[in-house]
Amino acid sequence: MTSPYPIAAIAGILIVPLSLSAMLIWVERRLLAVWQDRYGPNRVGPFGLLQVVADMIKIFTKEDWIPPFADKAVFVIAPMIVMVTVLMSLAVVPFAPGIIVVDLNIALLFFLGMSSLGVYSIVLAGWASDSKYSLLGGMRAAAQMISYEVFMSLSLMGVVLLAGSFSLTAIVEAQRKLWFVVPQFLGFVLFLIAGVAEARRLPFDLPEAEAELVAGFHSEYSGMKFGMFFVGEYLGLILISSMITVLFFGGWLGPWLPPIVWFLIKMFGFICFFILLRASLPRLRFDQLMTWGWKTMLPLALVNLLITGAIVVAWK
Amino acid sequence: MWSLLRTMWYVLLHTFHKRVTIQYPEEKAYLAPRTRGRIILSRDPDGGERCVACNLCAVVCPVDCIALQATEDKNERRYPEFFRINFSRCIFCGYCEDACPTYAIQLTPDFEMGEYNRQSLVYEKEDLMIDGPGKYPGYNYWRVCGEKIAGKDKGEAENEARPVDLRSLLP
Repeated sequence: MTSPYPIAAIAGILIVPLSLSAMLIWVERRLLAVWQDRYGPNRVGPFGLLQVVADMIKIFTKEDWIPPFADKAVFVIAPMIVMVTVLMSLAVVPFAPGIIVVDLNIALLFFLGMSSLGVYSIVLAGWASDSKYSLLGGMRAAAQMISYEVFMSLSLMGVVLLAGSFSLTAIVEAQRKLWFVVPQFLGFVLFLIAGVAEARRLPFDLPEAEAELVAGFHSEYSGMKFGMFFVGEYLGLILISSMITVLFFGGWLGPWLPPIVWFLIKMFGFICFFILLRASLPRLRFDQLMTWGWKTMLPLALVNLLITGAIVVAWK
Repeated sequence: MWSLLRTMWYVLLHTFHKRVTIQYPEEKAYLAPRTRGRIILSRDPDGGERCVACNLCAVVCPVDCIALQATEDKNERRYPEFFRINFSRCIFCGYCEDACPTYAIQLTPDFEMGEYNRQSLVYEKEDLMIDGPGKYPGYNYWRVCGEKIAGKDKGEAENEARPVDLRSLLP
């Protein structure tokens, strides 16, 4: 069920999430403001919408400074990796029937692989910056991503068992009767938490941790390279939200409205939820993060997998 | 876990709270009547300068932003030849107003003095001087002080007794 117009699909999936992630900066600032009883950016253009344009002009005209002590090649490549891996993952996300770049039969594994590769961006950025705050951020990122990746993939195996496929379109089609959030509620919660950690959003933004580490792994970055980390983070937010939609909330399925509208509504709902998380929860301590990951979430994911597997086997 | 969800719920409820932001250029915040803002120099009820160039304000100023030069006019009244306040330094502490013996220097509640050019924040005497008496409408320093000026000899000020002639025994 690959798109009949592959070039149009590729261009659309490149351009729309990129501009959407730029708009998310405005969305996030407005929503955070709403939850803190403020207004947020509301001066530039109608409702402050042109704030994004102002930010873009600012970030493009800033000095793109590479510190003399940095490892230049790696320093330049690191911000590209995060964008490339997230955009690659977006290629396998079925936004609607026909709006997908490539319908892989192992799309879920591809997504997991790409999100693992995304860690390189952070670790290399922290390493190449040759500054202690960046390095600490990078090391935290490595530890956090590796430990959360484990139960992230395990929490998804329940969905795979129920759908009987790694293909994301097949998973969506398998939810015609019942969204997987009902039989796989535990899996959903686990994936949600892992997704927040994977997108490095609060309360799991320890690699960045601006209260402790200046700006974590991107302390030394400026100009458009910093912008790429920023866009990468928002792209990751879009990606995780669309993955939750696809895997647990029936993707594009829904009555009356066209499929893509349903998809966007669900995705936007989760984006708002992630922003609410940021507005309300404090950051974890690092040892709490690791304990939480390995001692709570991993056993829970295994139990979930075990029970789901047992039920699937018994039902057959 | 429950407390986390509760926190998130209460934060979500803030969607329906009143915004605390004051949309500044359109709405103004309440300013107390004695807010300390832009400094002015006031005049006597009959239009003369109150400032006697005693330099007390310049001395008390913690950031040294006041500069002035004293001189005397044809009526033997001291007045500042120039009076300069550098508002890029001024911290609006109001010590100058406290120190002023003649109520000449006063702080007003106006604070909107933004400029694009730093040099425009240096106010000269003609920028500072206002036409009225400011906060003290009836006060005229030269009429109550014991200082002798042209047209007013010793003892001719309001509430002032004639000077005593020490060499005379007469009551």
